[in-house]
Amino acid sequence: MNLRTHASWALLALAAAVAGCSSPVKLDEAAQVETRTPGSAATTPGGAAAAGTAQSQVATVDLARQRAAEEAAALAASLPRVMYFDFDSFVLRAEYKPAVEGYAKLLTGDRSRRLALEGHADERGGREYNLALGQKRAEAVARSLELLGVNTAQIEAVSFGEERPADNGHDEAAWAKNRRVELKGR
Amino acid sequence: MNQSQDNATSAATWPRRRFIAATAAAAAGAAGLPARAQFRVEISGVGATQVPLALGAFRNESIAGVRISDVVRADLLRSGLFRLIDHIEPLDERSQPVLADWRGRGADALVAGSVARLPDGRYDVRYKLWDAVKGEELIGQSQVVLPADLRLAAHRVADQIHENLTGERGVFSTRIAYVVQQGKQYQLLVTDADGEGAQVALRSLDPIISPAWSPDGKSLAYVSFESQKAVVWVQDTGTGQRRVLADFRGSNSAPAWAPDGRSLALALSRDGITQIYSIPAAGGTPQRLTSSRAIDTEPVYTADGKLIYFVSDRGGGPQVYRMPAAGGAPERVTFDGDYNISPSLSPDGRALAYVSRVGGGAFKLMSLELETGTVRTLTATRDDESPSFAPNGRLIVFATRVDGRDVLMTTTLDGRIKTRLLTSGADVREPAWGPFGR
Repeated sequence: MNLRTHASWALLALAAAVAGCSSPVKLDEAAQVETRTPGSAATTPGGAAAAGTAQSQVATVDLARQRAAEEAAALAASLPRVMYFDFDSFVLRAEYKPAVEGYAKLLTGDRSRRLALEGHADERGGREYNLALGQKRAEAVARSLELLGVNTAQIEAVSFGEERPADNGHDEAAWAKNRRVELKGR
Repeated sequence: MNQSQDNATSAATWPRRRFIAATAAAAAGAAGLPARAQFRVEISGVGATQVPLALGAFRNESIAGVRISDVVRADLLRSGLFRLIDHIEPLDERSQPVLADWRGRGADALVAGSVARLPDGRYDVRYKLWDAVKGEELIGQSQVVLPADLRLAAHRVADQIHENLTGERGVFSTRIAYVVQQGKQYQLLVTDADGEGAQVALRSLDPIISPAWSPDGKSLAYVSFESQKAVVWVQDTGTGQRRVLADFRGSNSAPAWAPDGRSLALALSRDGITQIYSIPAAGGTPQRLTSSRAIDTEPVYTADGKLIYFVSDRGGGPQVYRMPAAGGAPERVTFDGDYNISPSLSPDGRALAYVSRVGGGAFKLMSLELETGTVRTLTATRDDESPSFAPNGRLIVFATRVDGRDVLMTTTLDGRIKTRLLTSGADVREPAWGPFGR
């Protein structure tokens, strides 16, 4: 785990260096990309002084940063928004390992990103205990992200227990869809 | 109760129910109707000792919006402790009935009263209770109340009859809070203990769970998801003023008032897994009471405030434990079965009601006699949740599912007499029985 964490760090440090986004970007929205053309400053020489821009300024067009933002947006779009859990289980299924690594990459690449992890339980049993079970599932995802270098302050594990079922049915097929953690950008 | 009796009861109470719905709608404004509701006796205990009581209409009671004797009669019937002998004799509290005659008609006791409208718009509700066996007057009383408190006045009459004839305090004038879900709308309701006169305390588009009454019966603590996470609020039911009690990182839930009303125990996940903390009622810094690596939740205080019962899955599945109220070594309380949750303590501390998962995936309301360890199944339903003791310890209100709907029921501690809250088209759940007095 240490080795991989270090490897991710190296990779992400690079990504962070080239990306360096400043505003929080929601994961489920396309990243906003600012494009400047070299002639834009020169076309308004009179207005430049009024706007406080020095006559000798050169605007930088950073294609690397642009590419990183595009890649982050593409990665965000490719990641699953829901992770399902087995009955009575709080262990992340192996199939979600790439997804967790993807979220970790996004979050470590942009420390201003925030992610809510909403745990849910199926309807069987008590509402308060189910709230705690949903919380435990959300915490499991949170721990996995923290192990990959995500700051605790970037994520919050919360729970809706059995209160917000994805499927309103009362059979195993419905319950399987309700034992889940939803990942929501904030 | 058989079908024809049921129909007869429904027909007889319809005008009154319609009236209550109308006044409730007026109070709620245009925002929507609270569910019409009433607890009805579903299964009557056989062979239980019942006091035969003669009760007729209170003189002049039709001038008020609430027929006092109907409310008193329904209260006493629901308790299962009385057999009502209806009559049409023109009696009131000033009458001097020949008690031997009433004894001859099978009555052990007789109630009569009157209603008068005062010039200021209030009502004077008077009654007298006679013991027909001893041939003496037991109690007489006058209550002057606002029109909105007529039902309360009637419930108080029933409470006093109950106390005088059974030796035990009645709970008819207490209130029950519960949550209704209709489509996407959630409402926290406060109703009389008979299920009627429901008023909306909170209406929300997000879930509401775990209401808990303050010991003075004036405030409700509850969990609202309005900020897209579980946050504990405290609301004054009279004024509607509300404030956040606990909004820490993660989930904040399962509030339970300490008996002195100065602090609450609750479940927080601020340090990772859900654990039990206490927090001053005015808000402030929570103090951690449990430190396990498992889920600890659903705290409840004993009436003397010395212990907290709670649920923990530290042994694998969830079980009920107890510990000193300030925290300390926990002791396991439930042993039957592998899933026992939602503890509620009887006010005398002798019985624990809880929900147990039994064979076939059913969840049943159980009672555990703490001294002897005797466990009893109290219901025939399969999806029982959230038991809450009445303040006199005679009844438990709980949520369950009947015909695909979430409903509320009450049961006596021996499981013999059950009532069901009748509602239309809504799922009702999360009942919390309020304390004596309001």
